[in-house]
Amino acid sequence: MTEPGIFSLLWVLIALPLAGAAILLFGGRRTDRWGPYLGVLTVCTSAVIGVLMLLGLMALPAEERSITQTVYSWIAVGSLQVDFALQLDQLSMVFVLLITIVGALIHIYSLGYMAHDPDRRKFFGYLNLFVAAMLLLVLANNYLLLYVGWEGVGLASYLLIGFWQYKPSAAAAAKKAFIINRVGDVGLSLAIMLIFVTFGSVTFGEVFGQVGEASEGTLTAIGLLLLLAAAGKSAQFPLQAWLLDAMEGPTPVSALIHAATMVTAGVYLIVRSHVIFDAAVWAATAVVVVGLITIFMGAIIGSAKDDIKKSLAGSTMSQIGYMVFAAGLGPIGYIFAIFHLLTHGVFKAGLFLGAGSVMHGMNDDVNMRRYGTLKGLMVITFVTFMAGYLAIIGIPPFAGFWSKDEIIHAAFERNALIGVATILAAGITGFYMTRMIAMTFFGKARWEEGVHPHESPKVMTIPLIILAIGSTLLGMALLFWGNIESWLEPVTGFASEPTPFPTWVYIVVTLIVVIIGAIIGWVMYARRPVPIEAPRGSWLTRAARKDLYGDAVNDALVVRPSFALSKALTIFDARGVDGFVNGLAGSVGAISGRLRRTQTGFARSYALSMVGGALLVALALVLVQS
Amino acid sequence: MEFISPELDYAALAPMIVVGVAAIISVLVEAFAPRSVRRFLQLVLVFTTLIGALVLVVLNSGMRVLTGGQSIALDGPAWIMQGTILILAILGGLLMAEGGVDPSGDAFAPRASALPGSEDERQFTIRGYLQTEVWPFLLFAVLGMMLFVASNDLLMMFIALEVMSLPLYLLAGMARRRRLLSQEAALKYFLLGAFSSAFFLFGAALIYGYSGSIAFGPISFAITTKAGENTLLLIGIAMLLVGLFFKIGAVPFHQWTPDVYQGAPTPVTGMMAATVKVAAFGALMRLLYVAFGGVRWDWEILLWIVAILSMLVGSIIAISQSDIKRMLAYSSIAQAGFILVGVVAASPQGLASVLFYLIAYGFTTIGAFAVISLVRNASGEATSIRDWAGLGKKSPLIAAIFSVFMLSLAGIPLTGGFIGKWGVFAAGVAAGDAWLVIVAVIASVIAAFFYVRVIVLMYFADPTPDTAAVVIPSGFTTVSLAAGATLTIALGIVPQPILDIIANAGVFIR
Repeated sequence: MTEPGIFSLLWVLIALPLAGAAILLFGGRRTDRWGPYLGVLTVCTSAVIGVLMLLGLMALPAEERSITQTVYSWIAVGSLQVDFALQLDQLSMVFVLLITIVGALIHIYSLGYMAHDPDRRKFFGYLNLFVAAMLLLVLANNYLLLYVGWEGVGLASYLLIGFWQYKPSAAAAAKKAFIINRVGDVGLSLAIMLIFVTFGSVTFGEVFGQVGEASEGTLTAIGLLLLLAAAGKSAQFPLQAWLLDAMEGPTPVSALIHAATMVTAGVYLIVRSHVIFDAAVWAATAVVVVGLITIFMGAIIGSAKDDIKKSLAGSTMSQIGYMVFAAGLGPIGYIFAIFHLLTHGVFKAGLFLGAGSVMHGMNDDVNMRRYGTLKGLMVITFVTFMAGYLAIIGIPPFAGFWSKDEIIHAAFERNALIGVATILAAGITGFYMTRMIAMTFFGKARWEEGVHPHESPKVMTIPLIILAIGSTLLGMALLFWGNIESWLEPVTGFASEPTPFPTWVYIVVTLIVVIIGAIIGWVMYARRPVPIEAPRGSWLTRAARKDLYGDAVNDALVVRPSFALSKALTIFDARGVDGFVNGLAGSVGAISGRLRRTQTGFARSYALSMVGGALLVALALVLVQS
Repeated sequence: MEFISPELDYAALAPMIVVGVAAIISVLVEAFAPRSVRRFLQLVLVFTTLIGALVLVVLNSGMRVLTGGQSIALDGPAWIMQGTILILAILGGLLMAEGGVDPSGDAFAPRASALPGSEDERQFTIRGYLQTEVWPFLLFAVLGMMLFVASNDLLMMFIALEVMSLPLYLLAGMARRRRLLSQEAALKYFLLGAFSSAFFLFGAALIYGYSGSIAFGPISFAITTKAGENTLLLIGIAMLLVGLFFKIGAVPFHQWTPDVYQGAPTPVTGMMAATVKVAAFGALMRLLYVAFGGVRWDWEILLWIVAILSMLVGSIIAISQSDIKRMLAYSSIAQAGFILVGVVAASPQGLASVLFYLIAYGFTTIGAFAVISLVRNASGEATSIRDWAGLGKKSPLIAAIFSVFMLSLAGIPLTGGFIGKWGVFAAGVAAGDAWLVIVAVIASVIAAFFYVRVIVLMYFADPTPDTAAVVIPSGFTTVSLAAGATLTIALGIVPQPILDIIANAGVFIR
């Protein structure tokens, strides 16, 4: 189906924020005054176009809701034909709306939050760049173009994490995010190559149409590589370590990139490639396992952190774990993975912006142990934060209830054990979120001297209010009015299996567990006084404060060995050649001794290594001759 | 024995003849033109020649001929590589012509004969002498490279190798600043280069002994018809490959690279890094595909090993480099390994992908060295990476352009380097070298680390008192830099025109 009416504007969706980024970043100081407003305008316009496209799609019959727009032929060599082509279907549509609408709200909020930053023009430039890249990622109609968006959001993310570069911790965090993400990118690039070799194409439609012809081993390999990619971008075990440090970026960035949109790209990738996972059981099982581990890791970390943003980051890891987990369940889970992704995108963005609003009033202090009893001083922030709180722990009728409940139910459809695990994790969610609100809004004031908490300006609170309304209503709206199940089914497929008990039993049990978790959190942090210095805590708390030793493991296994290897090779390359050649080819030892006396400088050792190399080359050829 | 003078197709040879004649005229200009007009005359001569030869190459590009008694093959890939070499030589020549960056003149020693640090040298510098002998060297080197990619027999290839290399050895030793380092590098380059040439010549002799011919066609014929013992052949191939591996800077024949990249005048490094890669890979592929295609299974494993070693050693060592020119040298070693992945594929797809890679790599490299020549402090170029800290704040435009080059070398999308890497890797996988490609992808991740480290340093670190300043260049460098940056990005976003040209070129003729 080609591109009638509004859909001919598909490329404009991406071009607008891209143009915004270009003008802001290359325009220099000239654009300082009006630049930020331009940045807001481009994203808002994209959001409006996105909504119009949704209306356009809804007007079409379900089987015609996939529109492809070929911008131009990008690479065409022999059998490799890749177009710069965009594809809008039900799945990418919901992402476009999430990215542009939440993106627009966060842009507006940033007008207030970043009002006094000297570099805010650049900030809006990077944000625009991010939106453009993220839209490209979800609109690409082939894996190679998706990869372009994938790298683009990564780039924007590093730039924004390191935005306050005068803080060494910010620069270090940006570098860490980059390195860990490269590991995930290896997975994606290898997956794409394997896909190309197996199917002779990288276009989604053509690849998925031929999945039946590939062997299960190949599909499993592709699936595992895609999982590696998803783990990198979505901060899943074992590539989770960068997300907590990424909180060094400005809070709107944490809300947009590291909670609502970019970190869910991994979930998008898995759901988009669901045809491959459907045919590769082991890969899908691996997805479930990774998701489950991350649900608990994130929840435990979120329970121990005193930094409000890091606690929320742990929670993000955990919630994305839920989505990845659901995506691994197969057709019973795909739709709910996306459903939870949408509700989470809205309520977590609200929570982060709320945290930003609190920080704004507390002189940018992030330590919850120095907050307390803010509920009366920041009424709008408090009320909107509560909406997000009720949504994330899953109290009906707030948004998170509907989506998380569906995932838990789907887990029970597969296996009672993993179902129980997800309920348990929901209980921990109740605990750490209650801890957060108790320490922040209730209890006694533990403020630093000279801090005068105050409510944020309207430009910040209005986005909070809109997101709070979303956190309250979005679940019901998508489920009952938007009919998300039948909307996504043509793309993702849908299946349902019987469970031993009726649905309401699971709902009630989950709610009871969540409320128990919340009560424990309330008793520990609202009833008892919160010490300003963190107590030593149990071994689990201490481990969780250190991100469950993620850094230590990375450092010991990867960082230190690679630097040592590089140093050693350098020394070897410059000076150790004589020894190398002597050791390797003892027979030339005598000659080498004579040569050494007749020549000076390093050139002799270089020449020697050439002789050694030539011997190797000759031997390799002669010995392995066929 | 009767000697028959070979038939020469003068039209097809015209581009090389033009460059060769101009090189001789250039020598005469040195001898007879007065000093005051010499530089002007040389510049006019060199750029007219290079552009003229490029036009001739474009006009000739439909030809597919074997000439000079089958010793020269001018086919599609040859035209593409000759054209690329000429364009890169023009851009490199522009860098060499830059006279406005160094306060005391251009990048070259005022008199190569003057002892470093001597009174003579000081006098020459004060009088503002500029050395113009570099221009005939450039033309001869370009002639050698053009012949190198078109050589269709071992002797012609050897001659081309020497015509190309000798001027480069000299050019490497002519830096105005840090002359001892430069001369040491030149001497090393010369000694090791001569050594590698000897290997090549020895290999040629062995192959002659095996096949009774030095021409690629008869060698290939001998391989397919002779059964049984072929140790002589394999040792011959090994020796020839040593010579070529040296030129492309593949491990374990790479050690000259960091010293020479660092020591040579930066414009020469840029020109050489870009053009020699094209020329040497062109010769390597023609030799392997046309002459030794019949024993592909024997040399394939060797190329695997060399490619893996080059990628890993280059990438890993580059991480701990503190000098930007040395870092780019190790990067070039790693890049040679990546390109070898496409060479191993030994398919039309592999050939096409290597050609594209070389083009993208050439423009990016020239651009990167152009930037290096502009980032300076009181003692000349600031090649210590630490001095680049915070450059993004002091000179946003130059830092942004350099970032583009680094991203391209790292193979990040929307740059020429990405399409190039993807092309060679895809060709490798299609040829069944999946494991090689996995190593290559992992190596490219390691490599991305040190490229991005420079970007991080430029943007995420605050300027220090030592931070270098960017000198505003004259039009020469500006044009070269702009062309490098524009093409690097254009090759990533709209690569199709170049891909079409390469596809139309087809494969090597026999």
